[in-house]
Amino acid sequence: MENQMKRGLLDVCVLAAIRNEDSYGYQIVKDMSPYVEISESTLYPILRRLENGQMLTVRTAEHNGRLRKYYHITDAGLERLKTFEEEWKELMQIYEFVTKEDRHE
Amino acid sequence: MNKTEFTEQLRMSLKGLSEADINKSVDFYEEMIEDRIEDGIPEEEAVSALGSIDEIKGKILEEIPIAKIVKEKMRPKRALRAWEIVLLILGSPVWVPVSAALIVVALVIYLCFWIIILCLYVTDLAVFLSGFAAIVGAFVQQNGFNTALFLVGGGIALIGAAILLFFGFTQVAKGMLFVSKKMALGIKKMFVGGKKE
Repeated sequence: MENQMKRGLLDVCVLAAIRNEDSYGYQIVKDMSPYVEISESTLYPILRRLENGQMLTVRTAEHNGRLRKYYHITDAGLERLKTFEEEWKELMQIYEFVTKEDRHE
Repeated sequence: MNKTEFTEQLRMSLKGLSEADINKSVDFYEEMIEDRIEDGIPEEEAVSALGSIDEIKGKILEEIPIAKIVKEKMRPKRALRAWEIVLLILGSPVWVPVSAALIVVALVIYLCFWIIILCLYVTDLAVFLSGFAAIVGAFVQQNGFNTALFLVGGGIALIGAAILLFFGFTQVAKGMLFVSKKMALGIKKMFVGGKKE
């Protein structure tokens, strides 16, 4: 897949992984892994990019006597997911047209 | 490699970035290792699952703009002494133009990349248009059927060549952008990282 495209898709995946509840790095990787392969070293820049773009906020909380960072989606992040869904609907229609065997009925 | 060794090495390889950036990155990877260990994975394995330090460094640098890296590197780590300030001022006729020249060179190289890419596509457009013109010319020229046939054939060949070139040039442009990205990462790596002992 085109690199640029994959990059944008991974951003959306990470946002989706924290949509319903706040999550942390390792959990995000685990949640995503059945669908798309992502390594920690790929996730890290994405999280920073999303944070800089105000798509998510970070808070630090204690867990088992150590600190863990939890990521929380912002309204801008939710908005980004919504636009993605709308764009994708359009793309799916194109996909349907392209893969349709018989165009003349 | 255990967790402590890993964080130490990562910290060392990021030397030159701001303290805040280094801490943020190291904390992230440390948390990852700890979460893996908590998940029942042995420490060494948890560390090796993260990949090589160099790879991690590359990914971290990708997201930090070059200007920020250079600025951090140039920032004095302590207050300047009086004689250093005097030297800086006296030396300014030398170091200001030299560093300005370096910045301009870097910008020009970058600009060249884009200009070359632009030239490729302009060339392609020219080939396409001349093919088109040849075909039009075939119908307006007064030299008879043979010339017309030659012009049409040549025109079609040119248009075909233009289409082929378009795909070739797109690959070249992609390659060049890839190279320029690698170059930027290379420059960043020059500024970041301590020596390995």
